[in-house]
Amino acid sequence: MVNVYFFGKRYQVPADLTIMTAMEYAGYTLKRGCGCRHGFCGACATIYRIKGKNELKTCLACQTQVEEGMYVASIPFFPTDKRTYDIEELKPDQRVMMELYPEIYSCIGCNACTNACTQDLNVMQYIAYAQRGEFEKCAEESFDCVGCGCCSVRCPAGISHPQVAQLARRLTGKYIAPEAKHLTNRVEEINRGQYDELIEQIMQKPIEEMKELYNSREIEK
Amino acid sequence: MYTPYPEYMMESVRKVEATREKRMSEEPRRLTADEKDALLKEFHPDYREEAFEEIKIGPNKGQKANRELVHLLHSNSRLLQDKVDLSKVDYDVDVLVIGGGGAGSSCAIEAHNAGADVMIVTKLRIGDANTMMAEGGIQAADKENDSPVQHYLDAFGGGHFAAKPELVKRLVMEAPDAIKWLNELGVEFDKEEDGRMITTHGGGTSRKRMHAAKDYSGAEIMRTLRDEVLNLGIPVVEFTAAVELIKDEKGQAAGAVLLNMETGDYSVARAKTVVIATGGAGRMHYQGFPTSNHYGATADGLILGYRAGAPLLYQDSIQYHPTGAVYPSQILGALVTEKVRSVGAQLVNAEGEAYIHPLETRDVNASGVIRECQEGRGVEVPGGQKGVWLDTPMIEILGGEGTIEKRIPAMFRMYMKYGIDMRKVPILIYPTLHYQNGGLDIEGNGFTKAIPNLLVAGEAVGGIHGRNRLMGNSLLDIIVFGRNAGKAAAAKAKDVELGSLNVDHVEKYAKELEAAGVATGEVSPLLLPKYARHER
Repeated sequence: MVNVYFFGKRYQVPADLTIMTAMEYAGYTLKRGCGCRHGFCGACATIYRIKGKNELKTCLACQTQVEEGMYVASIPFFPTDKRTYDIEELKPDQRVMMELYPEIYSCIGCNACTNACTQDLNVMQYIAYAQRGEFEKCAEESFDCVGCGCCSVRCPAGISHPQVAQLARRLTGKYIAPEAKHLTNRVEEINRGQYDELIEQIMQKPIEEMKELYNSREIEK
Repeated sequence: MYTPYPEYMMESVRKVEATREKRMSEEPRRLTADEKDALLKEFHPDYREEAFEEIKIGPNKGQKANRELVHLLHSNSRLLQDKVDLSKVDYDVDVLVIGGGGAGSSCAIEAHNAGADVMIVTKLRIGDANTMMAEGGIQAADKENDSPVQHYLDAFGGGHFAAKPELVKRLVMEAPDAIKWLNELGVEFDKEEDGRMITTHGGGTSRKRMHAAKDYSGAEIMRTLRDEVLNLGIPVVEFTAAVELIKDEKGQAAGAVLLNMETGDYSVARAKTVVIATGGAGRMHYQGFPTSNHYGATADGLILGYRAGAPLLYQDSIQYHPTGAVYPSQILGALVTEKVRSVGAQLVNAEGEAYIHPLETRDVNASGVIRECQEGRGVEVPGGQKGVWLDTPMIEILGGEGTIEKRIPAMFRMYMKYGIDMRKVPILIYPTLHYQNGGLDIEGNGFTKAIPNLLVAGEAVGGIHGRNRLMGNSLLDIIVFGRNAGKAAAAKAKDVELGSLNVDHVEKYAKELEAAGVATGEVSPLLLPKYARHER
């Protein structure tokens, strides 16, 4: 058992629990601050300090094991600032960021965002890419972001990093990555009705015939 | 030597290492149809009769389901006790979407684009959904050697020939357009330099048609859809659960009674069409399984629909994903994506044998893992659970150094947090409760037959995948059926005249429960699992 402090109140919990399961062990019924429970949704952004140490750490409660003397506060919501836009109207050039997220140019280079990242991403670097209009690089560097917002909590310039990264990824996916021609062709074929008859035929086949077809189908190597 | 596991587990790891070279030189044999059937009957949890119970009332009376689901079906509405004034309407819209996951979001986008006044209610946040956690990919037959017909055969056969043909047809025929739609919204699929999609196999696919966004496929799709919902200004009422459908005197769906999860206050949403997009049921922990699902996966939509009179289909069919994490205990049940096998890892037992082909369908591979563990060829971890190895170092040998970090970064990260480097050692897995194959019965157009103006989309639907779903057909189904529901609900809403609102079905259901003598005394839907431990 270890001693942990949820919002300053002490609880004794088994040492192998995560912060999230430790809160439940202590009797909390979570509503906020709990989403996928497996590290993908960013709902459980959490801030903690180990008793006697100065450093303030950020983590996902579902992905972090408890430690002795851990003082824990969850951040169930943080007002990041998402700007709205029509993706069809945008162009992937530098001006987009200047217009939608001008505060990224106020970055003072403190690197607090990177230090706070629960996914160990180089957040300050991807903001630098965004500043320069290098959206593809920004998208790649930020790809594993779960949007927990710990970076934004710590940012003295008030940047909403996950929102900036989201925009960069959408611009990259839509405008910068080359078109998949085989996909465009297939959609056209389907729209022309090329498969209509074939699909109706297979839908009408008796189950025994379907079993035969399925069990003898060739599997691509 | 690198030893992240206790010594007795490392002994087994050394056996896995000793056979690796030989195993890599030969592909494990695929099972015959008869062998698969025999394996399923003996080891798949869906065949464990003692885990099931008969449903005593309603449209599926006399059929079976897992005990935990039957318990909720035999429970009453909150509204028996808590009376809500339906004449005071808080939200009045054309289309009400219940659920803020992938199906609900794509539904709302399409309904909005079709000109409808649409809103989303969700009991947690938009994006707190199984979609966000889908890792491996999304199927679509868009390569030259593939076709929607081939996709149909794989999906229908993989689901044991039980799926509804008109639903499979929609799934496969609209798949390429779903990918195109997502791509044009800005979803970053893995592509070659020239734009060709990088596609791989999933269990049971006969062509390489698995599109992915690293192993954050679902997250990449979900966050893009969420961003678009917000860009379009679609109202999203979060931390607000639908606890009962509302009908009018003609028996049409007419909205839902909502519950603020934080304050406990009720409100009323009136709508001309209602879409149930509430997702799955992993947090019901059927048969005691851990789950890969998100916190809110408690089968709410099935309860709402059933109580109002909509039948279920294949409610007794559950997907246990063969590879859930078993060790360390902190990530018990977490999904280890099938993509780990798509890119080369084999399933290997405690003795170092590749006892099965790694890309059989999920039900078959899950049964195989359970067999190995029950017959003494599993590895026991501290705490008593057992598992078999997923031989991840093979991936780096096959694809070259760096493949794991590039193709499955989320998996790499999840294990490294506990000091396990999957590039160097295999990881231990056991089936985890992953997907609800069954759900509410819908027609090919997305509507329920029983209740006019009620649609269902996503994991809450039964019949798209028959009795087993293939990898990559769920991300696909939420997009295809979500979009379809949005368009259909918006079109239908134009012709709907609503009468006066009621929840009379709640009383009727209560009487039937009482007459059958099976009322549990509890309320449903469950909304959230009961994880808090209380000493008194």
